[in-house]
Amino acid sequence: MITETLLYLEGVSVSFDGFKALNNLSLAVGSGEMRAIIGPNGAGKTTMMDVITGKTKPDEGRVAFRELNLTKMDETAIANSGIGRKFQKPTVFENLSVWDNLELAMKAKRTALASLRWTLRGEQRDKIDTTLKRINLAETASRLAGGLSHGQKQWLEIGMLLMQEPELLLVDEPVAGMTDAETAKTAELLKDIAKTSAVVVVEHDMDFIRALGVRVTVLHEGTVLAEGNLDSVQNNQRVIDVYLGR
Amino acid sequence: MITKFLLPIVGKAGAFFLFALMIIGLVVPALNLLTSVSSPLHVPDYAVTLMGKYLCYALLALSVDLVWGFCGILSLGHGAFFALGGYAMGMYMMRQIGARGSYGNAELPDFMVFLNWKSLPWYWQGFNHFPFALLMVAVVPGLLALVFGWFAFRSRVTGVYLSIITQAMTYALLLAFFRNDMGFGGNNGLTDFKDILGFSVQAASIRAVLFMLSALALGMCFILARMIVNSKFGKVIVSIRDAESRVRFLGYRVENYKLFIFVTSAIMAGIAGALYVPQVGIINPSEFSPANSIEAVIWTAFGGRGTLWGAALGAIVVNAAKSWFTGVLPNAWLYALGALFIGVTLFMPKGLAGLFAGWTSVKRENATELATRKAAE
Repeated sequence: MITETLLYLEGVSVSFDGFKALNNLSLAVGSGEMRAIIGPNGAGKTTMMDVITGKTKPDEGRVAFRELNLTKMDETAIANSGIGRKFQKPTVFENLSVWDNLELAMKAKRTALASLRWTLRGEQRDKIDTTLKRINLAETASRLAGGLSHGQKQWLEIGMLLMQEPELLLVDEPVAGMTDAETAKTAELLKDIAKTSAVVVVEHDMDFIRALGVRVTVLHEGTVLAEGNLDSVQNNQRVIDVYLGR
Repeated sequence: MITKFLLPIVGKAGAFFLFALMIIGLVVPALNLLTSVSSPLHVPDYAVTLMGKYLCYALLALSVDLVWGFCGILSLGHGAFFALGGYAMGMYMMRQIGARGSYGNAELPDFMVFLNWKSLPWYWQGFNHFPFALLMVAVVPGLLALVFGWFAFRSRVTGVYLSIITQAMTYALLLAFFRNDMGFGGNNGLTDFKDILGFSVQAASIRAVLFMLSALALGMCFILARMIVNSKFGKVIVSIRDAESRVRFLGYRVENYKLFIFVTSAIMAGIAGALYVPQVGIINPSEFSPANSIEAVIWTAFGGRGTLWGAALGAIVVNAAKSWFTGVLPNAWLYALGALFIGVTLFMPKGLAGLFAGWTSVKRENATELATRKAAE
């Protein structure tokens, strides 16, 4: 079914002051695959993303992305290798315009000198315009991102990830605090993104995951409890015991 | 044509600032040199020097604003770069004294003769050449900023901790330059300057030229700084200021961006110092005093962070107030400065620049209100 493994975590453990946030976690995501991760609070979902993106170094275990060993790289190098991340709390650059936020995220040479010399080319303008339309923010392009509503900020951040053109996208609770209509729109956007890159979504909202219709991994106490489609996972007795049943 | 080219870079307020700077840069020397002493329009020599000093402080404030206002690096040690630029210029002017010193030694400055030194130390070599001294004005502060910044930014030292170590840096230099065996004149520093490029630094015409050069340097650095902050680089550093880790996750090397802006800013501060020293006629270790760097931060805050011209204006206004205050109530100045800083933080978080921006936006609102009312009629 899956062509090849893009992201591979093997036996990853992380502990904070004796608390095991991740406990011998192993997980594989194929290239172009979309995967949902669920689990109760403290299951290690965000820590897992921190480990993949280089924010946290694992105590043990291997994290591979293509042929790269991510545990030896810092955040910037990992981002440049093709991994994008959307945070739980929407983090856009509030003092820049919506347009500038997208421009900064656009895939391009990231060195200081390149940024000093940077000018937008025609097709790059078009690309920003297209993205603005896709995330429903075309009318607010010149407004400061700080003035956007919560949902709009979430979309802007997704738009920034689109501009980054990552091979793998990590999305942390994209629909938290969204209305039903916004949630549906977000699901559509993510499905759209999944056509061109692999996506890992962490989410609590079961309806949203159902709307995505993808393979689900359940985390519990820092390790994988179950994996499969949503129905099979929801009927899994162990999952019901620790999470869904409560 | 020049306005067409400049306006998009500096903006309306910036263009106004540059225009005012140009007028001052031309009118003050003209009124000093071309009018008779008895004329009511005459600008006395001491006033030219005093205002020239303000312009150098304005450039220092601009350099502080570039790193603090745009990149969030609160440097409490920028006075060190200013002083180093000043020392480089001072060393050149010491060498220009030649055999006219008290000891009549053509090779060695007076303080070295006094210390019984037999030859010029290696780090004084080359300073008899003006181009070399000019180069050092930029290279010495730039290099210090590069080395310091490389360690600090790579280790991700930010916020208060970074401010404290910049303060420690300038304090360490203060102590080092106090030592006689450092070879920079110790306590007394470098003074008794005679010539610059063969012209007497005391002459009114040379003072006028130095004044114009200070205005020019401020204007050029302002334009350069605007070009930097308008570019994509400028947007990246603003993003670093607001959400540093997010910038890393976008794939930007935050430390390199910080390093570039820090070094650029240090060089500007060095240029300010180099213009300052021939005008005041002395450079000594007290210029490294942490209080100086903190004052520069206060000027910037008072003028308004993140506008560049606001910082320059703040430096000029605060120093003019200082000159006046220390004449009228010499003991009250520090209290006034403290009160000013507290007042600005509490009531004018955007400083003088914010005040002006507030006025213009009020005017604009009134104008649009008028327009809509007219349309309704």
